[in-house]
Amino acid sequence: MISFSAFLKRFLSDPVAIGAGVVLLILVLMAVLAPIIAPQNPYDLMQLSIMDSEMPPAWHPGGDDRFLLGTDAQGRGVLSTIMYGTGISLLIGLGAVIVQGMLGITLGLIAGYKGGWIDSFLMRLADIQLSLSTLMMAIIALALFNAAFDANTYADYAIIMLILVIGVAEWPKFARTVRSSVLGEKKKEYVDAARVIGLPPRKIMWGHILPNTLTPVLVISTIQVAEAIMIEASLSFLGLGMPTDRPSLGSLIRSGFEFIFSGSWWITLYPAIVLVVLILALNLLGDWLRDVLNPKLRRGED
Amino acid sequence: MAMLEVRDLHVAFPQGKRNEVEALRGVNLTLEKGERLGVVGESGAGKSMLAFAILNLIAEPGRVSHGEVMFHGENLLDLSERDIRGIRGNRISMIFQDPMVTLNPVLTIGTQMMETLKAHRNISDADARKLCIAKLKQVAIPSAESRLAAYPHELSGGLRQRVVIAIALLTDPEVIIADEPTTALDVTIQAEIMALILKLCRENDVALILITHDLGVVAEVTERIMIMYAGLCVEDGPTKRIIEAPSHPYSDGLLRALPQHAGRGTKLYQIPGSMPPITALPPGCAYHPRCARATAECKRTIPPLENGVACFHPLDQDEAAS
Amino acid sequence: MHILAFLIRRAVQAVIVMLVISVIGFSIQDNLGDPLRELVGQSVSEEERDALREEMGLNDPFLVQYVRFLGNAVQGDLGTSYFFKRPAVDVIMDKFPATFELVIGAVFIFLSLSIPAGIYCAINRDSWLTRIIMTGSIVGISIPVFLTAIAAVWLFGVELGWLPAFGRGDTVELPWGWETGFLTLDGLSHLILPSITLSSIMLPLFIRLIRAEMLEAMSTDYVRFARAKGLSQRRVRYVHAFRNTLLPVVTVGGLMIGTLIAYTILTETVFQWPGMGFLFLEAVNRVDTPLIIAYIIVVGLIFVIVNTIVDFVYTLINPMVKLPGAKG
Repeated sequence: MISFSAFLKRFLSDPVAIGAGVVLLILVLMAVLAPIIAPQNPYDLMQLSIMDSEMPPAWHPGGDDRFLLGTDAQGRGVLSTIMYGTGISLLIGLGAVIVQGMLGITLGLIAGYKGGWIDSFLMRLADIQLSLSTLMMAIIALALFNAAFDANTYADYAIIMLILVIGVAEWPKFARTVRSSVLGEKKKEYVDAARVIGLPPRKIMWGHILPNTLTPVLVISTIQVAEAIMIEASLSFLGLGMPTDRPSLGSLIRSGFEFIFSGSWWITLYPAIVLVVLILALNLLGDWLRDVLNPKLRRGED
Repeated sequence: MAMLEVRDLHVAFPQGKRNEVEALRGVNLTLEKGERLGVVGESGAGKSMLAFAILNLIAEPGRVSHGEVMFHGENLLDLSERDIRGIRGNRISMIFQDPMVTLNPVLTIGTQMMETLKAHRNISDADARKLCIAKLKQVAIPSAESRLAAYPHELSGGLRQRVVIAIALLTDPEVIIADEPTTALDVTIQAEIMALILKLCRENDVALILITHDLGVVAEVTERIMIMYAGLCVEDGPTKRIIEAPSHPYSDGLLRALPQHAGRGTKLYQIPGSMPPITALPPGCAYHPRCARATAECKRTIPPLENGVACFHPLDQDEAAS
Repeated sequence: MHILAFLIRRAVQAVIVMLVISVIGFSIQDNLGDPLRELVGQSVSEEERDALREEMGLNDPFLVQYVRFLGNAVQGDLGTSYFFKRPAVDVIMDKFPATFELVIGAVFIFLSLSIPAGIYCAINRDSWLTRIIMTGSIVGISIPVFLTAIAAVWLFGVELGWLPAFGRGDTVELPWGWETGFLTLDGLSHLILPSITLSSIMLPLFIRLIRAEMLEAMSTDYVRFARAKGLSQRRVRYVHAFRNTLLPVVTVGGLMIGTLIAYTILTETVFQWPGMGFLFLEAVNRVDTPLIIAYIIVVGLIFVIVNTIVDFVYTLINPMVKLPGAKG
């Protein structure tokens, strides 16, 4: 662990970290402030006109100053849909990681602290789940959800379903990380001391061990948000995620895909750029955090 | 001229972007044919660094920043990578500290022995095999033939260290550098392994550089001792002389700390304080903060190594370790 | 560990996983869509329906129905596709070669690139090429596979027109009924873009993994000892260090199978590759329940088989796991 001021100093001396941080901040602000700063509200059908559909970006011939990045097939401004879409992608990404974190930290603490058969069972389950892959499980779960409900019901619950499915499918990453730090912490004296003075296991776990495992949790959280956003985008691209009338970045790309070949590339290109930049900024920050806080954690190990 | 002569050796590691710190700060060493030299000091004194520097094997990002390693009149540090490979494991072999991690876990004992021979000799597989078995027998490994197909994890720590010794002896080297060869082993077999190394060195007239923190072992095995502290040699001389009458206060402290010096029921002596890390050396003699004899001069100037001791206030004959 | 014990343990594990998957499959069948409606349509009266239901065993207890489902499944009968009016398993197996060949192509590409690149980056830690590869790999990890696919289709397929971007091209039917695209030039050229796309997501992960493992191996004592023995640099690097990176690489490779299959769905969708993934999405859109179930069960089976093979390979190359017949 390093102190906050040292942390800040390392951050300010690393151009990549600053760049990623600034980009992320801009994207988050853009998404949060979308209702205020977006040129149009793409969900307000009254503001849409089919006459505006498939307009190229403003600087191209045929472009319109009202729509800086052009419009899609329904006449929605691409810039506005991106602003709103980024918000939905971020919301699902963060929501899923919160679910993952809650599940993973709880189960990881239990597995690491209790040991024995609970530990073996949970870790075996984690192994199987990891190797089945989150994306595969999410695709199947959402495909069934999609097939079982009609489109309207589906649209209403899509965000919650995505958060739950991605959250539940990815818990093993947190659980493993927490468990291995718990095993490390458990050997230390303060845990023995807490046990000797008769603290109940629950108190020792949450009050004493957990705070010491937060560093690796913080590191993987950042990368997990990137991963969750990527999975959400993939699901939405397949038509199993957000519906096109409440689009995330993935569903924007899906709805633009069929127009690429008729020449309307901007409907796909701009959301795609924002998606990649968003994931890249999170990944770079995650890598940087890992290098600074915990050089021993490595990506690719699980 | 001595067979092996290390002159004013410095090893440096980068610290931050521009600075360097020295792990060895100008070490000299001579070794005659068949001679056994003990290099003694606490961990961090730079003993292992010295061993690796002799074979130009300092791990990145460290480097030998100054000095020479003359072997039969040839500076090993000037040799090409190809030429020094002809020395490593051939004329100068090493025995590492922990046999549990010295042998490659995914290769058989046979492979790891044969490849050494093949690297240095033009020898047929059958002859190489015979030689390997012979060496395994020399280090007293039971059923040597069948061990060639075994993997390291199938052998105990003691047996593994015997294999490492056999590998070191395979090419009939002139020098063996043994870096704490018994530290990682069970106490019960430490003496056995040490006796084996001594016996083999004597029988084959191999010179030995024994690196250890244990003065007791050195006293039994070596003819000459070099005592290191914080990257420098502080005392150097015949084993008998140093054991009986050390001149440097640090050598004296090490000797007093041996259990055989404490009488029954008395407390074991301990040198006060601890060795400073190389990144935070005090000015002057690095030992002065722990030394009862230190004066203002010791805090200013690094004492040169003269007449086998680097100290402004060496102990007299009758003061030493009584 | 004894090889027989290993095989038995793996077999038991495989059976358990398959049982779990079959329960999932059966619950889907039980809850999703009414097989009667698909069979007879709306015009049949309520009494006739009840009679049919009874006859088909749809009123039996859950367990009885499940055992019947399982019995049929074991014999390769997972029902009839509503859309194709053919046994669902047959429909899936027709598409299997396309997916299999796509995966083989991708695995071939990313293994032949990631191993040299990973080793290079570990050996030349600070070279400019290493920096480019490592930076490229984090960018690569951040690009979703469907975007790579779209970019490939758009650039090479449409704008430049260098390579075909849709479908499988000409295939040849092998004697055992396997449709292969490997044997025709047209088939191979159709394979290029999809397999590069599919490998693009695994490549950076493997480069980073191999580099990290190689770096770790190169800092071990046994590699230092190998150098102290005077071995050539090549032998130290490839025999001593690289051999030790194989174990973790195989393990992680095994964990990637599920991800790889998931990515085939995305890749096949963009390239309209007539494989199992593409078929699965169509089945979802048509609510073709038997086909959805068949896909899940076949993919589960593939997953279990490949995982067992990977575990077996692991025990073969790991001397710590002893097999009978080895001396020692």
